[in-house]
Amino acid sequence: MSSQPQSEQSRSESPLWQQIQPGGIGVNPGSTDRVQTGDWRTEVPVVDFERCTHCMICWVDCPDASFEVANAKLIGVDLKHCKGCGICAQVCPVKCIEMVPDSAENRETQPSNGASSESAK
Amino acid sequence: MTTTQKQAQKPSSGIKLPPPQAINGGEAVAYAMRQINPEVVAAYPITPQTFIIEKFSEFVADGIVGTEYINVESEHAAMSACVGATAAGGRAQTATSGPGLALMYEMLWVASGMRLPIVMHLCSRSFSAPLNILCDHSDVMGMRESSWPMLIGASPQEAYDQAVVMPTIAENKQVLLPSANVLDGFTVTHSVERVEVLPDEVVKEFTGEYEPDIWALEPGSTATFGTLDANDYYFEHKRQQVEAMKNSLEVVRTQLNAVGELTGRPMNLVEEYLLDDAEVALVVLGSSEGMVRAAVDEARAEGIKVGMLRIRLFRPFPVDDVRKALEGIGAVGVLDRAIAFGTPGNALMQDLATSTRTMPDRPLLMDFVYGLGGRATPKQLFRQAVDEVFKMNESRVEPDEPAYLGLK
Amino acid sequence: MTLKLRDLSLKPDLFGNGHGLCAGCAEPVSVRQILSALENPPVVALATGCLEVSSTRFPDTTWKVPLIHSAFENSATTISGVEAAYKALVRKGRMEDRPLTFVVFAGDGATYDIGFQWLSGALERGHKFVYVCLNNEGYMNTGIQRSSATLLGAWTTTTPSGDARPGKPEWHKDMTKIVAAHGIPYVAQAASHNWKDLITKVRKAEQADGPAFINVLTPCDRGWRFEPEKTMEVSQLMVEAGLWPLYEVVNGKYKMTGARQKKRPVIDALLSQKRFSHITKNADDATIAGIQAKVDEEWDALQALCNMPVAAE
Repeated sequence: MSSQPQSEQSRSESPLWQQIQPGGIGVNPGSTDRVQTGDWRTEVPVVDFERCTHCMICWVDCPDASFEVANAKLIGVDLKHCKGCGICAQVCPVKCIEMVPDSAENRETQPSNGASSESAK
Repeated sequence: MTTTQKQAQKPSSGIKLPPPQAINGGEAVAYAMRQINPEVVAAYPITPQTFIIEKFSEFVADGIVGTEYINVESEHAAMSACVGATAAGGRAQTATSGPGLALMYEMLWVASGMRLPIVMHLCSRSFSAPLNILCDHSDVMGMRESSWPMLIGASPQEAYDQAVVMPTIAENKQVLLPSANVLDGFTVTHSVERVEVLPDEVVKEFTGEYEPDIWALEPGSTATFGTLDANDYYFEHKRQQVEAMKNSLEVVRTQLNAVGELTGRPMNLVEEYLLDDAEVALVVLGSSEGMVRAAVDEARAEGIKVGMLRIRLFRPFPVDDVRKALEGIGAVGVLDRAIAFGTPGNALMQDLATSTRTMPDRPLLMDFVYGLGGRATPKQLFRQAVDEVFKMNESRVEPDEPAYLGLK
Repeated sequence: MTLKLRDLSLKPDLFGNGHGLCAGCAEPVSVRQILSALENPPVVALATGCLEVSSTRFPDTTWKVPLIHSAFENSATTISGVEAAYKALVRKGRMEDRPLTFVVFAGDGATYDIGFQWLSGALERGHKFVYVCLNNEGYMNTGIQRSSATLLGAWTTTTPSGDARPGKPEWHKDMTKIVAAHGIPYVAQAASHNWKDLITKVRKAEQADGPAFINVLTPCDRGWRFEPEKTMEVSQLMVEAGLWPLYEVVNGKYKMTGARQKKRPVIDALLSQKRFSHITKNADDATIAGIQAKVDEEWDALQALCNMPVAAE
């Protein structure tokens, strides 16, 4: 019984029946990370870091774990995964997040750790 | 070859056996479960399975097993708990009968699809309605395509011997499938006979412990069990199960031989009786074997060259063994203890027809339905079946419809 | 212990990203909060539902903790088996004892309806686990059908609003109180928008000496018909209108948790969700008055339970 990770295996590679993990056990923790749910987005959050107090409310209320944090500070938005729901802009107590139409131009206005502008859309 | 002998032989391994037990089939299974000492047993009471879980509960109450016994609130929960326990990394067993099996039906497929080597002791019973608690093989046939290797015994002794061997089949890395030890309701579960048992340490050594490669309780585990397959992987996982079922056949043969070495009671995938020079034969599953054998003996005494084939490994169906056993036989009566409504042949009949269809001189087949809902089938009725099969062999005409033995 | 989001943000995310839940879905919000609240490493059982299909598509998984999904109705029993195996493996000396928390995530359909018996059995047997019902008041995974958690009057695809029947005719099942009637040590209602309340409850549930149950309101923007950015606002409105009281039952003692509850009429919450638009279009609709009356009655009953003295332990 193989317990080999198949992390690099994508659907398009079409592995044969002998090559996949029996029983359908998922052995690649967190591997949906590779799925680019940012494609769903029509609006993109833009964070005004000048006004951000790093309260982390946007981080804790984000359905897509798309707020990048480091050392208890908000540092960016993961545009590879952000679906653009806009919850963050609603819950931000200082209203420093604005939802704007998703465009290459708008995406470039803020730091993003998740993906480059090209791969995010 | 006559391997269905009642007399125990001396174990070829020369181990010193404990005193034989005067116990019924249910208690014999519980005895083996005590020796195997699985991590989890989860079961719900249903006649005629109750002897197993009552006896095992005593072992738990007395603290002589390390097992966590879960008194679940239904059979679906019994199999669900076994799924959780096995995915977690424990060895799990359950036992049920007829309607209980029907209630856990969803989970039979989940257990095999997740490749969890759970062992179930199935005390065969009819399906409702009308409500009937007695033996037939409706439940056995109800699970026959769920990717569970299934062994059907004929006596309390075999219920014990098979119970000992089951985990080693299910957990074999080439198999990894839940597996069923079938013992006929009442005729086996409730019949007290002299049961030869193996010493505890021999069973412990033989069955070892469940050693999964991936288990949820493994420190540091991040495995996701029971994922979703879309149309991209489902087909492939099912194909893997086909292979695992195929693999299980030789594993069963090897393990039956191994336990036979220990007990001195050989067990085979199929058990033959007086087939070597037979012109006609009856094919049977489970505990009716004894009565069929008596009918065969009687017919033999009158000069009819008849033999019997009992199929122990019902799934995967041992096609090659069956074909080999029936080579040179002119006509076969197939004894079905369940009805596959609306099909062109009841379950065992379908298996025999499919298995023999490409034999150069395939035997003619005739289906007999018998023993539904615990209906007693005396020797005379099987004898009557022998005569009808003999006549078919002469006329060389196969009937379209099954015959119903003992129907009023 | 004071709860700080900055402290929580230092913990690794055990539920990752790239899952396929809808934009604005409350479920992953609560799941991440719950996992981050746990002191011990979790072993999770997951019921079939939105969360499951969206996070475990082979060969991928969003989870970074051991997880077992087997079917829709039986996650409480699946975790029973895990907990039992854990005890036996430790007892038999096959595994070292270590602190683990056994967690179930299941939707309201899996909890209130199809899995009711499995949950009840597991609670009665007393396995130590934290059962989380992610309650979005309907079968959203199969396309917004009614469950017994769906509010009266709500439009769903199996209770469409028509001339003869305006949405769901029945009042919802009070599952939290039914669970509390099992006499387990910890039971609570929480809601997605109130992370502090939820995390506090999760920590209490984890420490409970026996089964614990948390019913978390997780508004569904698709099923409740509101814009995805409004999820937290709708969750808050449901609490403030008294439609989803936040309380806990600790060893039988009922207690309200958090202020700002039931300070608005129900119409405020109903208006935020288009699943009620067929009744809210007429402010005099008798259904609204009926809902308000029933909410008032249940609120009073809950306050009475909270004020009820309990025998000293």
